[in-house]
Amino acid sequence: MPNSSESGSENRPNFTWQYQTKLDQVKPKPPLAKNLLWAFMVGGLICTIGQVIQNYIIEFGFGKQEASALTAAIMIFLGALFTGLGVYDELGKRAGAGSIVPITGFANSIVAPAMEFKREGYVFGIGAKMFVIAGPVIVYGTVTAVVIGFIYWMLH
Amino acid sequence: MDKKRGEQSVVFDNPPVITSTALIGGPMEGNGLLSVYFDKVMEDNIGEMTSWEKCESYMLEWVITTAAQKVQISSTQIDYILAGDLLNQLMATHFAMRSIGRPFLGLYGACSTLAESLLLGAMILDGGFGKTIVAAVSSHHDAAERQYRFPTELGVQRPPMAQWTVTGAGAAILSTIGAGPKITAATIGRVIDAGIQDTNAMGPAMAPAAADTLWHHFQDFSRQPSYYDMIYSGDLGSVGKTLLIQLLDEKGISLAGNYEDCGCMIYKAEQDPHAGASGCASSALVLCGQLYKLLLTGQLRRILLVGTGSLHSPTSYQQKETIPGIAHAVAIEV
Repeated sequence: MPNSSESGSENRPNFTWQYQTKLDQVKPKPPLAKNLLWAFMVGGLICTIGQVIQNYIIEFGFGKQEASALTAAIMIFLGALFTGLGVYDELGKRAGAGSIVPITGFANSIVAPAMEFKREGYVFGIGAKMFVIAGPVIVYGTVTAVVIGFIYWMLH
Repeated sequence: MDKKRGEQSVVFDNPPVITSTALIGGPMEGNGLLSVYFDKVMEDNIGEMTSWEKCESYMLEWVITTAAQKVQISSTQIDYILAGDLLNQLMATHFAMRSIGRPFLGLYGACSTLAESLLLGAMILDGGFGKTIVAAVSSHHDAAERQYRFPTELGVQRPPMAQWTVTGAGAAILSTIGAGPKITAATIGRVIDAGIQDTNAMGPAMAPAAADTLWHHFQDFSRQPSYYDMIYSGDLGSVGKTLLIQLLDEKGISLAGNYEDCGCMIYKAEQDPHAGASGCASSALVLCGQLYKLLLTGQLRRILLVGTGSLHSPTSYQQKETIPGIAHAVAIEV
């Protein structure tokens, strides 16, 4: 604890380091096995649902690429629906990356702020805040695609 | 006549009396450990309102008028209102004050605002600048989440160290006359930054400030922790509580036996609050509810409330700043 003589003085970095160490010793560890199991089960379940939908669409005579696009659209719809129903945040609380990484999580990251900021209006609320979480993913996803595309073009 | 004690403390010649309190909470708080103490528990976190912010304003207004009604004080008899909340520009408080229409001073000390308003209110009354003051604070889980963290429907996993912002409000009427527990002394805290950056570690970020204020309080009054029946910190949570005990142990002060954190007194473990409660209403619900009742019945005779505040902002943590903390102590005795 800093006392009167050392407030704002050169002792601070040392105190900061010691305090961080103390915090690391007492802070509760996340239940790793439980979290991994939840992530595996929920992530696996979402992907299995996606696969079932894709297989079903292919049986209707669609090509594999068309079926993939349709499946993605359906999964995005489901992610948005369950966000709206207030289920997806409960799922995410337990499954973590298991429900964030699949495309349904991407839908959640757009629908959640859109719902949240509806009260600020359609322009400065929904319009401006919708991509507050997903925006960086889209920006850096696009940048990465351009870079990889450029490398591909150079090699061929 | 000098009322200053030591470096940071004050003592009151005519200790103001807490003549009445009122508290309101959301459904989660109502189902928690304090359930029997609430004046009102809302059915959900928004009520008839169109936004969470309006709901927070409603709660603040409700506790102020209810606390006044309990002792038959009309609003014209309130000299000043000292109040605050967690939202930007004190939105919830300012909008609640529109309809109350009494002289008002807005305070921001993050979650330490209740202790801050009690100690300033006591100073004003002891200074002879008025007869009746209302100290009130509010916080709202969803309104705070959307401002400080993520949209509430986003599927994110909270680490075990995170705390749950309380939805609720509490008000206390301070008066120069009347019956009830008295505010006898206070210690004003300094801003202490222990270098914690993780905004999920707010309790640990505030613990050094609480330790600093407590240490100064004991020095300024030459008291030991045993002077008090109980010492309560505002919202350090279970991790911050452990750290505060350790920090004071190193200074040779033992809190064993008569210390608890308000953040650990609101939710049951099965409500999954992780490390405990936080927010202005954390200390407000505990003080205005359980502690006030225990003081009135004489089960507690001397308590020290240490309101703790984490002074970061959404901008500060995006700019990678560390989290400064503050703590103010208020001694309440029967």
